[in-house]
Amino acid sequence: MNTTATRLLLPALALGSALLLPLTAQAHRGWILPAATTLSSEDAWVTFDGAISNDIFHTDYAPLRLNNLEVAGPNGEAITVHNAHTGKYRSTFDLNLTERGTYRISAVNTGIFASWEENGERKRWRGSAEEFANAVPRRAKKLEVTEFSRRLETYVTAGAPDKSVFVTEGTGLTLAPDTHPNDLFAGETARFRFLIDGKPAAGASVEVIPGGMRYRNHQDLETLTTDEDGYLSIQWPGAGMYWIGASYDDDQASRRGARRHASYSGTFEVLPD
Amino acid sequence: MRFPILIGLSMLLPVSSLAAELTVSVEVPRLNVAEYHRPYVALWLEHADTGEITSLSVWYDLNLRNREGEKWLKDMRQWWRRDGRSLTFPVDSVSSATRPVGHHTLTFVPGESPLNALPDGDYRLLVEAAREVGGREVLTLPFTWPVSAAHTVEAQGEHELGAVSLTVAP
Repeated sequence: MNTTATRLLLPALALGSALLLPLTAQAHRGWILPAATTLSSEDAWVTFDGAISNDIFHTDYAPLRLNNLEVAGPNGEAITVHNAHTGKYRSTFDLNLTERGTYRISAVNTGIFASWEENGERKRWRGSAEEFANAVPRRAKKLEVTEFSRRLETYVTAGAPDKSVFVTEGTGLTLAPDTHPNDLFAGETARFRFLIDGKPAAGASVEVIPGGMRYRNHQDLETLTTDEDGYLSIQWPGAGMYWIGASYDDDQASRRGARRHASYSGTFEVLPD
Repeated sequence: MRFPILIGLSMLLPVSSLAAELTVSVEVPRLNVAEYHRPYVALWLEHADTGEITSLSVWYDLNLRNREGEKWLKDMRQWWRRDGRSLTFPVDSVSSATRPVGHHTLTFVPGESPLNALPDGDYRLLVEAAREVGGREVLTLPFTWPVSAAHTVEAQGEHELGAVSLTVAP
């Protein structure tokens, strides 16, 4: 099966709760895991797993829905995804890297979350900005509105890394790395920058977790905070696959009185030196 | 009779300065493993001050169809990062086939490809080996260029490489 990202669109109902989980269930984490991040052959292929799970990179909860999957190639063009499949616990797909450079793989979700009181009962609603006006009573009691954006990403490079896929005008929380994410080595420090709707994301909370947590007794989770310009430095304790989850909140939503919540989850490979 | 000999000696002098060279000996060790593949090996120089990288030799499987051998070049991770990923393969005078178990001697002459110019300074010769269904190992041999008298630097691998030596001659 050859499908483009746009052809992967499923009915809007398939915007399953799994994709929106971090608003409610912190233990579940979403990720897209490449089988390799650094490729040397012409015409290389990479296979990916996508899931929402308790243990990082262990498929134990729900598959990542592929309806919002987008792949950007080194020239910024949309890249065709091959062999897309969604199973019980994970989705899989393949990419053919025909050009040299860095590819960005993203699953992005945006929408509005609202809660209010009606007849003494707490009501909750989640949906798109377009549906909001009809679905949520404007003058509801104790109305709380959050504009959310959720982004899962990973990156792979054929040949030499380039940064053309790291755009600064993205929506939600985006990565604008100083250190290229496909050039990470144990013992070195990576400098990353996070942007919120294209502007420096100050004070974003960032979790760094090495993969393989199932085989150790502690999460080994490190929590960092971005500085006023959205920067942070990560010192890799060792080689391996890492999951990084960033979370940002403020009251600067486009809708008056609403909160803005954005999250970013990325998969990064750190190689031995 | 003396006169022609003197001429002969003076004629030889420029020739001997042209004999400046780096001789590298790399041992591909015999390994007692169930599935043996010849290692991919990269040799390169790093200039301590300028950081300039010069790839000297890359041994990989050149004979696979559709250049499939290039798929594993990235496994020589440090070399891939330093230089490999910016090159287009095969690279003239650098790419060559994998080599069998044994000692292999390579000679590099300043002014000639792939060494070309060898600016003065402190250098590191790096030898990195990676083997399919095997491991990876990097050895570092420091030297300073130019030298007044020939001398040899040695390193001993533990897994994927055996004895490696570099002889620098003025």
